[in-house]
Formats: sequence, C-alpha cells, structure tokens
Amino acid sequence: MEDQKKMSLVSSFPKRTSRLRGRRRVGETIIQGLLFFSGFVSIFTTLGIVYELGKEALLFFRMPEVSILESLTNTVWQPHTGNFGIWPLVTATLMTTVIAMLIAIPLGLAVAIYLSEYATLKARSILKPVLEVLAGVPTIVYGYFALMFMTPLLRSIFGRDVVEIYNTASAGLVMGILILPLITSMTEDALSAVPRSLREAAYGMGGTRFEVALQIVLPAALSGIAAAIIIGLSRAIGETMIVAVAAGAGPNFTLNPFRGAETITGHIVRISGGDLSYDSIDYNSIFVLGLLLFFITLTLNVISQRIVRRFREVYE
Amino acid sequence: MKEKLATPNYNVNIRGRNRSGSIWRLVFQASTILGIIALAALLLNVMNSAFGYVALEARVHPDTLAVDGIALEDQNKEQLITVLQAKISSGAYNKLEKDQPFAKRSTANIRQVILERVLKYDVKQSWSLWESITRAAEIKREAAEKYPGAILKFNSWLSSDFVARPQSSVALSTGVRTAILGSLWTILFTLLLAFPLGVGAAIYLEEYAADNRLNRMIQTNINNLAGVPSIVYGILGLAIFVRALEPLTSGSVFGVVDPTTANGRTVLAAGLTLGLLVLPIIIINAQEAIRAVPQSLRQASYGIGATKWQTVWSHVLPNALPGILTGTILAISRAIGETAPLVVVGASTAISFDPSSPFSKFTTLPIQIYQWTSRPQDEFRSLAAAAILVLLIILLSLNASAVLLRNRFSRRY
Repeated sequence: MEDQKKMSLVSSFPKRTSRLRGRRRVGETIIQGLLFFSGFVSIFTTLGIVYELGKEALLFFRMPEVSILESLTNTVWQPHTGNFGIWPLVTATLMTTVIAMLIAIPLGLAVAIYLSEYATLKARSILKPVLEVLAGVPTIVYGYFALMFMTPLLRSIFGRDVVEIYNTASAGLVMGILILPLITSMTEDALSAVPRSLREAAYGMGGTRFEVALQIVLPAALSGIAAAIIIGLSRAIGETMIVAVAAGAGPNFTLNPFRGAETITGHIVRISGGDLSYDSIDYNSIFVLGLLLFFITLTLNVISQRIVRRFREVYE
Repeated sequence: MKEKLATPNYNVNIRGRNRSGSIWRLVFQASTILGIIALAALLLNVMNSAFGYVALEARVHPDTLAVDGIALEDQNKEQLITVLQAKISSGAYNKLEKDQPFAKRSTANIRQVILERVLKYDVKQSWSLWESITRAAEIKREAAEKYPGAILKFNSWLSSDFVARPQSSVALSTGVRTAILGSLWTILFTLLLAFPLGVGAAIYLEEYAADNRLNRMIQTNINNLAGVPSIVYGILGLAIFVRALEPLTSGSVFGVVDPTTANGRTVLAAGLTLGLLVLPIIIINAQEAIRAVPQSLRQASYGIGATKWQTVWSHVLPNALPGILTGTILAISRAIGETAPLVVVGASTAISFDPSSPFSKFTTLPIQIYQWTSRPQDEFRSLAAAAILVLLIILLSLNASAVLLRNRFSRRY
C-alpha cells in the first residue's frame, strides 16, 4: 500500500516533466526565429551595400565612355566631358585626411596622456564630458565652423590672395578637431587598461612621471593606440559635411592646401544634391565612389580589429 | 629587456629629467586646453553670428503708414486693416480675407501681415555680435551713411518666432518649424525600424546565439557596419528605399500618394535609411546592457521553471532596459545630426509646408543648416547659426536625459 502510494506520487511528477521537455513550444520557436532574423538584418545590410553598389558600379564601367585603366591614369574628373580620372578626388581626400591626422594624432595622444596619467580626478570629471560634447556635435556644425571661422582665420594669417574662400586646409584642420575626441577616448581607454602595478614598478625604479608615461605605459598600450589612429583615419576619409561645406565644389587636381578641391565624399554630396536622374553617368558614378569608400573604410576597420586582437597585451 | 637590465644605463641627471618632465607636462596640458579652446571657439563662433545689428530697409517707410499721427506700432486693429487695404491690391486683400477673415484675426497677426506684404523689410547688412558690442557707435554711423532710409536694430535671429515659423525664402520671416517637424517624422521611422530590430539582434547575440561561425560572422559584421561612413548608407538608401522600393516609400502601394511627391524621396525613405545607419549602434549598446545583467538572475529564473523567453522577457530585459534606452537616445541624437545620407536620399531644398504623412517630402534641421550655410549672403549664415543653436539645444537635452536615465536607473549588483 505504502509503496503504491509512493509510486503514484512519484509517477505523477516525472510524467509531467517529461511531457514538458517533449512539448514543442511553438511560441518560443517563433520568437527565436524572429530574434535570429533581427540579427541577420545586419548581414542583409552589408550584402545590400556590396550588391547594390557593385551592380551600379559595374553599369558605370560598362558604359562605352568609361575605362578602368583611363580612370586610374587621367587626372581630370568631368563626367560630362568623358573624363573619369579619379585622381583629383583622391588627392583632395588624401589632403584633408593628412591635415586632419596631423592635428588629431599628436593632440589626441597628448590629451589622452594628460587625462590618464596627469589629471586629477576632479579635472578628469570635467574634461571627459567636455570631450564627449565635442564628439556629439553634428558634423554640419563643424562644417559651418570651418567656413565661418577657420577659413577667415587662415585668410587673415596667410593673405587673402593665397588662401581661397574654399580650401582643403580649413576643412582638414576642423576635421582634425572633429576626430580629436575619438582618438582621445580610445587612446585613454587603452592607457587606463595598463595595470597600475607596471606604473608603480617604474616609479619604484625612480622614473619621473613623464618617463613612466612615455616608456612604460605608452608601449604597453600601443596596440590600442594604433587601433584608435586607424579608426580615426577611416572616419576622416568618410567624413562628408565638413568638406562639402568648406573644401570647395569642383574636382581640382592640386596639392596646394589653400586651394579649393573636392573630395570623394564632397563630390557625392554635390552630385546628388540636385534631382539626380536614374541611370545617368552621374548617378552611376556616385555608386563607384561609394563602393570605393566602403572598401577603404572596411579594410581600415578590419586592420584595426586585427591589431587589437593580435597585439593586445593581456595582464593578469 | 634582459640585456637592458644587465647593462644598466642610469641617467643620474635628475634635475634635467625633472625639467623635461615638467616641460612635457605643460605640453600635454596645453594640448588639452587647446581642445577646450576649440570647443569654445566653435560655440562662440555660432553665437557670434546668431545675434547682432542688422540694417533693414523697408519697401515702404513705416513712418508713411502713420494714421493721424499715430505710429504703426500703436494703431488699433481697425486702423491696421485700413492701412493694409490701402496698400495692397483688393485681390490680394480678398485672398487674405478668404484664408482667415480679418475680423477674426488678432492684432498681432495683422501687424505681421503688414510686415510681410507692405513693409517687406530687406536686410541690407548684418553685423556679428562681437562687432555689435565693440563698435556699436561706428556701426550706427556707418549704417546712417550707407543706408539713409534703413532702420538699424539689434536682431536676435534665434527667437520663439524663428522656431514656430515655417520655412520661407525671405530671411527675416523664415523659420525652422518645417525642418523640426521633418526631423521628428524622420526619427519616428528610424526608431520604428531600428529599435525592435536592434534590441532583437542584441538579445539573439547575447542570449541565444551559440558560439559558431555564423554568429561570429554576424557579430563581426555589426562591428564593421558601425564604421561604414554615413554617406555610404545614403547611397544604399537611394538605391533601395528611394528607387527599388519606390511604390512603398512613395505610398502608391497604399494609394495615398502625396500629390507633391513624384517619387520615393519621402520622410519614410529617409527614416528607414537612418534606421539602417543607427542599427549597429543600438545593437552594440543593447548588447552591453544585456551583458551587464548578472547570470544569477537568469539562473534563478530557470530554477523556478521559466522558459528561455520568459527569462529574457521578465528578468533580463527589465534589468537591461535603462542601458538599452540610454544607448537608443544616443543613437537618436546621432540620427538627428546626420546630414550627408539625407542629402543623397534626396531631401527637398525648399518646402514651406509641414510634412503631414510618411509620404511627404521632407527637410530636416541639419539639411536646413547646410542649405543656409551654402548661401553667400550674411543673413542666411546668421539663420544657419540660429538653426545650429536650435539643433544643439535639442541634442543637449537628449544627452542630458540619457545621463539622467543612466544615473536614475543604474543598478549595481
């Protein structure tokens, strides 16, 4: 009797649990499917970028007046006269980028070192939000700043006949200010990740604060700093509104930073600003340029991730 | 390292080392100050253009509109209507009457109509705030000489009227209402696309995804998408939302085509484009928020027999919500400031009517700033500065609410 009672009690539980396990939960499966789909949308986005941009870019190169070889050797970009030399756009992009990095790398590293190695807690708690504000200002505002502040400043320093109203120098300088907070915050993260014990050991050996920062902390954080610089580079190449407002309209093959020139991104914005008719040369050309930008920035981002993964120093 | 230790190279010149240390410290400090100066210069530069003296010349001098020696500002409603009737054609008067009967209009409204239709102020010259403060007397003399019939007044381009008025081609009576509403409509669709997809993807990657190749690929891909220049999204939006999905984005599928839009360059297309743009940002932020929920909460939930989704829905999400919302607000403020992709998608250059449906033409605040900045006249640059201030105030309040949210609801386990 006693045994039977026990049996019935025991049997009633396992049975239910086994049914629970066996039951197909349709709701759960649907939800999981939906969630997987959301995750997969990002893959669609990438495929969409490669497919759509690639398709139109192919159409561009199939046009009778375009040849790849010519676009790599010609130094004139004028789609309407059949000149598709990509160099004027590339040199302008390079110039703004180089000027921006010349500002952003030294300043960004210096600010990051100051924040992480020198600043008191109170100074940090004021300075970091200031940098965040700087990073959150929309790029069109920087464009306005370049045109209304930097250009007049450059013109008053170097002379009005030397510096044109639209020039790559002012766009590049302001772009440097734009990228500064990005490089600073990534570098500061890398510096802060270096363990305190390393610094203490170096101080114990009699190092000054500067020596410890430069010879101990900086090398230990090098991979993070390199990654920050490459991300900054990629951001500078893809930056649009500053150059669209301040660098000039019209491709110009020049290495003079005080003259106007149009970057890849600036060109895309100007061309698509009007009502662009589908399947025209202009329409297809922005897809070629977009694809070029996509691959340049993708490569830089992948390199930066690789550097972080491969060279990161892991401390216990 | 070992060799270095074996042959120590002590630099005993302590004073020299300290000196170079303090020099470098100054360099680092100066760089930081330079960064702050840059921010200050940016803000001051905008302020400088947004306020200042303007020399206004009226088509009809206001003094000639005085009735029985009563100046325009002091006239009552009836007198104002008589002035208006006398100065504009009866056809124009009847049209205004038809829009809204004069009997029902407020005095301020009629004064505004007189301002726009009769006086037609024209900005002859404008001065910056700095000039207006430092050389006010000089400006007054200069204006009196150059523009004898003009009125000189200190004008704040940023005003409540500026925020409330629709866009117009006249610098003095234009406003940013159209652009603000356009931004809001666009952001609505950005959120509708990006928030559910972003949070869903984050839940999938953090709670469901096994560590296999496909899922690692999705994760890497999201990280890479976050670094793609925004203009590339604009080109993608142009190809997919504006062109390929034109029936959908222009509303012709639903039979509600806006008569003013002939193609897919609509609020909907712009919102979806920005949605794709901020999707990786929302995913990455939501992932971090979900990761911060302690494992013990999940295990406790499983322990009392909850299913996976029940655990996620009732325990993980509520705890991660403040973090997810903070990330979403940051993503929104990114979307509100975006200009380049919307130019490519095809924002309208001049529309004076408010967007009223997903299929309306659109302009947004940054687009408006871009257009005003691109015009050579000083008064439009001042308008751009005023619009920048509006944009910055919106962004600042969004960011402040994100910080408040983070502080209010952040939990420590």
